Amino acid sequence: MSSHDPELIRAARAQGVQVALAVSLYGVSFGALAVISGFSVGQTMVLSLLMFSGASQFALIGLIASGGVAAGFAAVASAGLLGIRNGLYALRMSPIVGTGWLKRLVAAQLTVDESTAVGTAQPSLAANKAGFWTTALLLYTGWNLATLAGALLGDVLGDVRTWGLDAAAAAAFLGLVWPRLREREPIAVAIGAGFVTALLLPALPAGVPILVVAALTILLALIRHRQSPQRPPREEVS
Amino acid sequence: MDPVWGFVIAGSLVVLVLKLAGYLIPQRLVEGPALSRVAGLVTVALLASLVVSQTIGGDDGVMLDSRVPAVAAAGVMLWLRTPFIVVIAGAALIAALLRFFLGIP
Repeated sequence: MSSHDPELIRAARAQGVQVALAVSLYGVSFGALAVISGFSVGQTMVLSLLMFSGASQFALIGLIASGGVAAGFAAVASAGLLGIRNGLYALRMSPIVGTGWLKRLVAAQLTVDESTAVGTAQPSLAANKAGFWTTALLLYTGWNLATLAGALLGDVLGDVRTWGLDAAAAAAFLGLVWPRLREREPIAVAIGAGFVTALLLPALPAGVPILVVAALTILLALIRHRQSPQRPPREEVS
Repeated sequence: MDPVWGFVIAGSLVVLVLKLAGYLIPQRLVEGPALSRVAGLVTVALLASLVVSQTIGGDDGVMLDSRVPAVAAAGVMLWLRTPFIVVIAGAALIAALLRFFLGIP
């Protein structure tokens, strides 16, 4: 396979542009929700610029919005647990990104669901690189611009509930989990996690149920792995 | 200082360090099917847990209100392959309309 086929590189870039633009829009809802939940525009932007991982960002603001400062630890822990998969993506992207510490540093911050999905789905190394960097840079720019637009919009809107933005937050998590529910095991885990959360919500302080769910899932995954070690993971464009 | 800043910075650094770790640690040391499986299932479980707590969570544990039909509608929209941004806006709109016109909390 020719590693510099311009046709493959063009196709990879086109896919990256498409994915990045679609997902960037999502940043508007993050920005608006964060500000309306009580985060300052500055805090909201730091999350998009520095954390830059949609699921972790939504988790942090969602848990602090409902549980306050008391749920801060759970919020940080949940954001971190949701960020583990980025570390696994980084392992896979590492040989594709290549050498040079500055390039690897930038690549690390930009290694998320979408850039990894496009950057590992191409038929050649050059196309993988092109796909990764196109998606990564465009998504980072678009996500942050969209977050700012949403944050400024949120400042004007005022109350979360009047505009149904509390429902939008829940729908956002549903949208994030949806593309991962294609096989029986994750579907079963999602349903189980939902049930356990509903049972624990009235009994425990805000933010604690999700930590219990995380601990149970880790235990379950390790037990399941011992019973039937299997297949490598795959990324989904979400 | 506002303690929320502390959580924002701490959370951001944790997430950033995890990304960096993947580029710094030699692949053969960590990548194995067990870790992949744990990370994959934990992601699904935490997101599912957040769907539930954000849909029915309230000050005293559980509160059922307009969020429930709105999120159910979001599920139907996702099933029909509606773009995410439309799903989110749609869920907000449904909850807002139920509150404004029907007075459902």
